[in-house]
Amino acid sequence: MADLERPLSPHLQIYRWHLTMALSILHRATGLVLAAGLLLLTWWLTALARGPEAFAIVRTAIDNPLGGLVLFAFTLAVFYHMANGVRHLVWDLGIGLGKEEAYRSGLFVLSFAGVATLLLWIAILAFGGGPR
Amino acid sequence: MVQLALPANSRVQPGRRHPAPAGAARPREFAVYRWSGVPGEPPRLDTFTIDLADCGPMVLDALIKIKAEVDSTLTFRRSCREGICGSCAMNIDGNNTLACTKAIEDISGTVKIYPLPHMQVIKDLVVDFSTFWAQYESIEPWLKTYTPAPAKERRQSPAERERLDGLYECILCACCSTSCPSYWWNGDRYLGPAALLQAYRWLADSRDEATAERLEELEDPFKLYRCHTIMNCTNTCPKGLNPAKAIAEIKKLIVEKHL
Repeated sequence: MADLERPLSPHLQIYRWHLTMALSILHRATGLVLAAGLLLLTWWLTALARGPEAFAIVRTAIDNPLGGLVLFAFTLAVFYHMANGVRHLVWDLGIGLGKEEAYRSGLFVLSFAGVATLLLWIAILAFGGGPR
Repeated sequence: MVQLALPANSRVQPGRRHPAPAGAARPREFAVYRWSGVPGEPPRLDTFTIDLADCGPMVLDALIKIKAEVDSTLTFRRSCREGICGSCAMNIDGNNTLACTKAIEDISGTVKIYPLPHMQVIKDLVVDFSTFWAQYESIEPWLKTYTPAPAKERRQSPAERERLDGLYECILCACCSTSCPSYWWNGDRYLGPAALLQAYRWLADSRDEATAERLEELEDPFKLYRCHTIMNCTNTCPKGLNPAKAIAEIKKLIVEKHL
């Protein structure tokens, strides 16, 4: 068919990003992070069950600045994905789909994820947890 | 399928430069996507600098001026020049909109004009709508009734008529569907926001008696459920309509059907 010889018009290359578009792809990305984080959590739990030696390996891997950063990113992904998931549930009720509303709820979700993550880590560090 | 990069034959090359006319009072640069229609030739981005002091206020005015005075081969669709025919839908300044209702002064810097995204280009800014129209036809956009026709007319109360507001105004310009990443990646199977808003227009019509079969037809992982509420459709609609909301209402009707 002649169609095959026709060019495809530019799309992602030229489309101007909106907040809602960026948050949508971020929802997918954080979903992937959660799946990866679940593996980490499973590793931690099985090590816990297997005994002190296995658990010590996990501690070594996690108890350093890089491990802390990974955990911080994971909690950020948890809070973002959770809040944005609720945003999607509300949308599925037919609520909040106006242009301005969707923009505002997006900003809210972003702020919530940031603030909740910070509060959690303040609490973790204050109560003596976290990397040491 | 998701394919982030353009195929080799679709990568846009630098094009010709048409400088401002001598003594231009308000020169302004327009970068316009061009494809000759000759298979094998790459698309290119031509730059035209025109004098806004001698041009109408809308992007369509500039395109018409370019075609009339600089390059008569520039090809685009246009008709009503007042936002009701939907012919001049294109990607301007990164958003899909109608060239005839988009003011040049609302854009800063070079005015970048591309065809509607992720479509087969026929020539320059003209794209192939075959699939788009087939999808519109597939939702059977007409009144379907089974009860015998009344002597005079099928009546509708003002309140019932009001439910069609925000739906009947759609001019099928395709700005929404071609702004949607889901439609980019799965446009062969996902109906897209325009066809779905039209589908809801008939679901919402109190006179239509085919609601159940319409919903059954729509209940499909691809036709309807590729909508992930990215909201590009609602953000870009030049008529200020809300396809995302219409799609959410269809999803709700299907849930209610199963309850």
